[in-house]
Amino acid sequence: MSMTSTNRQSRTWWQKNQQTLTPWLFLTPGLIMFAVYVVWPIFASFQISFYDYDGLSPKEYIGTANYSELWGDRAFKTSLYNNVIWLVLYMLAVPLGLMIAIFLNQNVRGIRIYKSLFFFPFVISQVVVGLMFAWFYAPNFGLLYKVIEFFTGKGIAILASPTYATYGIIAAGLWPQIAYVMILYLTGLNNVSPDQVEAARLDGAKGFKMLWYVILPQLRPATFIAVVVTVIGALRSFDLVSIMTNGGPFGSTRVLSYYMYEQALSEYGFRMGYGAAIAVVLFGIMMFFISGFVWKMLRDERGMS
Amino acid sequence: MLTTKRTAGVALAIALLSGTTALAETRTLSYYADYDPNPLAAMEALILEFEAANPDIDVVLQNFDHEGYKTAIRNFLTTDAPDLANWYAGNRMAPFVDAGQFLDVTDVWDANGLNESLASAAASMTMDGKKWGIPYTYYQWGMYFNKDAYAAAGAEIPANYEEFVANCELFKAAGIDCLTTGTSALWPGAGIFDYMNLRTNGYEFHNALTSGDIAWTDDRVRATFANWAKVVPYITADHAAIDWQDAAALMSQGKAANYVMGNFAVATFKDGGMTDENLGFMAFPEIDASIPRAEEAPTDTIHIPAGAKNVEDAKTFLAFIASADAQTKLNAALGQLPINAGSTVGDDPFIKAGFELLSTTPGGIAQFFDRDAPAEMAKLGMEGFQEFMVLPENLDDILERLEAARERIYK
Repeated sequence: MSMTSTNRQSRTWWQKNQQTLTPWLFLTPGLIMFAVYVVWPIFASFQISFYDYDGLSPKEYIGTANYSELWGDRAFKTSLYNNVIWLVLYMLAVPLGLMIAIFLNQNVRGIRIYKSLFFFPFVISQVVVGLMFAWFYAPNFGLLYKVIEFFTGKGIAILASPTYATYGIIAAGLWPQIAYVMILYLTGLNNVSPDQVEAARLDGAKGFKMLWYVILPQLRPATFIAVVVTVIGALRSFDLVSIMTNGGPFGSTRVLSYYMYEQALSEYGFRMGYGAAIAVVLFGIMMFFISGFVWKMLRDERGMS
Repeated sequence: MLTTKRTAGVALAIALLSGTTALAETRTLSYYADYDPNPLAAMEALILEFEAANPDIDVVLQNFDHEGYKTAIRNFLTTDAPDLANWYAGNRMAPFVDAGQFLDVTDVWDANGLNESLASAAASMTMDGKKWGIPYTYYQWGMYFNKDAYAAAGAEIPANYEEFVANCELFKAAGIDCLTTGTSALWPGAGIFDYMNLRTNGYEFHNALTSGDIAWTDDRVRATFANWAKVVPYITADHAAIDWQDAAALMSQGKAANYVMGNFAVATFKDGGMTDENLGFMAFPEIDASIPRAEEAPTDTIHIPAGAKNVEDAKTFLAFIASADAQTKLNAALGQLPINAGSTVGDDPFIKAGFELLSTTPGGIAQFFDRDAPAEMAKLGMEGFQEFMVLPENLDDILERLEAARERIYK
């Protein structure tokens, strides 16, 4: 008597579909959490942006009035402009991270300690980074202030100047971001095939030519991730702005994420609808980049398969 | 064997039950607050006193971080309301009163004669003719100064604003900032505006301005800024990057001479090395002799949220806090002034000076810009004041922006 023939008719529905169902079963808790805590709030934000809502009293429908007000709002324009500056300058993290990764990609004794030390800025909380840089820039006792005073006779308080403050905060943000990109590239450099490097060396490639034509193309996936992560980091720059300047001086370092917080959730902000409208705009900007990345990823996968 | 186990089991059950019934007799009051360490200790001592007088009430105090509390309150009032909550008087409590989140406690005021004993703060606790909480402390604002800095520059205590500005030249020659402030959190600058406005145009005008009845582009507002502009060149250069505590350090070190601040700053000045001998206090200098002097005295309060579970005991607690004795003890630790007319004031020279100042104020008592004006207007106003102090040439733009905001906010 064979086992298979007697068992065939008594296979349950579950046994028949087990292969296809099990992955979904494992995904379900995660999917539910994602749907409840990520997807639904996105739609709720869309909805709230059409209302005038202070978080305490009932909502009042006002259509697209929040958006038309945003259009003429000077603080919104400043925030948008600052976000663009953040995006552009944050991109410096990619080449700088690459340079440090290449520099650290040696087999010198104790190189792992140096790699850890270089990675350290990313590990500490952004709030701590912001606080340290705020002290670094502070007038009267800050190190940078004293250095500038030593060289030029009159110190510049970077965070007090409406023109320089944003750049000061971006510098603070670049410190951990470069560390992050550096680690991505170190991993990528580990995967660079030594055969190609050997072959190129035999062909006489050296220095910059070697980097550009042999190494960088192999680092393409790492570059892609580094760019994605840097763009997201630039658009999410809430912690640093909040700790270092509170959006000041008089709103000149505001970014969209901080402006949204100020309008909806802060001590002086009771306008949930308006904050939601700002959040929707920020979401739109992020979706623009994310769609670009996903499209490129899909194209690469299709191209390879 | 079995009987011993059983008896032990029964005994345990009886012990547990009697324990729980004993606990069930005390009612709890949950109290959410945002005290700094010294006042927290005083409030906890007061709570012990209250519990001794009312053995069947157990007050559970949960203290929040001072700044975090201002955001937390909007969450817990609607979700998990305590029986008592700290907040502020005047326009600052308006969003919660309008949303029905605070309980009307006019009965507590009437039953305990508080309309007489807490008369000085009664107006700021009233909305729609009803009372919405109990004020327990207020503190004076004014001009603190470093007497040693005055001596170093050879300046005399000014009798009016003109002399004050003239002194500024002397301070500048001695390399001292005439007026210091730290506006990174914005509100210290509003203190200077409030006083400039109160001195230039008076209490009624200031109140009307913060209530949205007067245009920001009005000539009288421009007059306030014109007076302010006289002292702007002598204000600490990078105030927009420093906290008020850093500015206080400047004055303690003698690098600045004057500071428009509230009395809570005295502790910080003393920590920085100042003593009763070299720390001075005076009312903000007079600008226009024909205007009755008005002062600022922000009031802190305790309210009963609408979602409170134990309203009766909460009202008992409020009546206790409103009493002269409780207010004396709490304010002794806070270093501030009790509202209750029957309370006694501490021996500290600054407290006495403040009490003197506030009880002889003919003009009226303002609550501070970010409490008198609605939240959004306050934020925009304070940003405008900071911008004016950094870039005084932007005044027209600032006033027009504030005016446009006024149209929108005070519908």
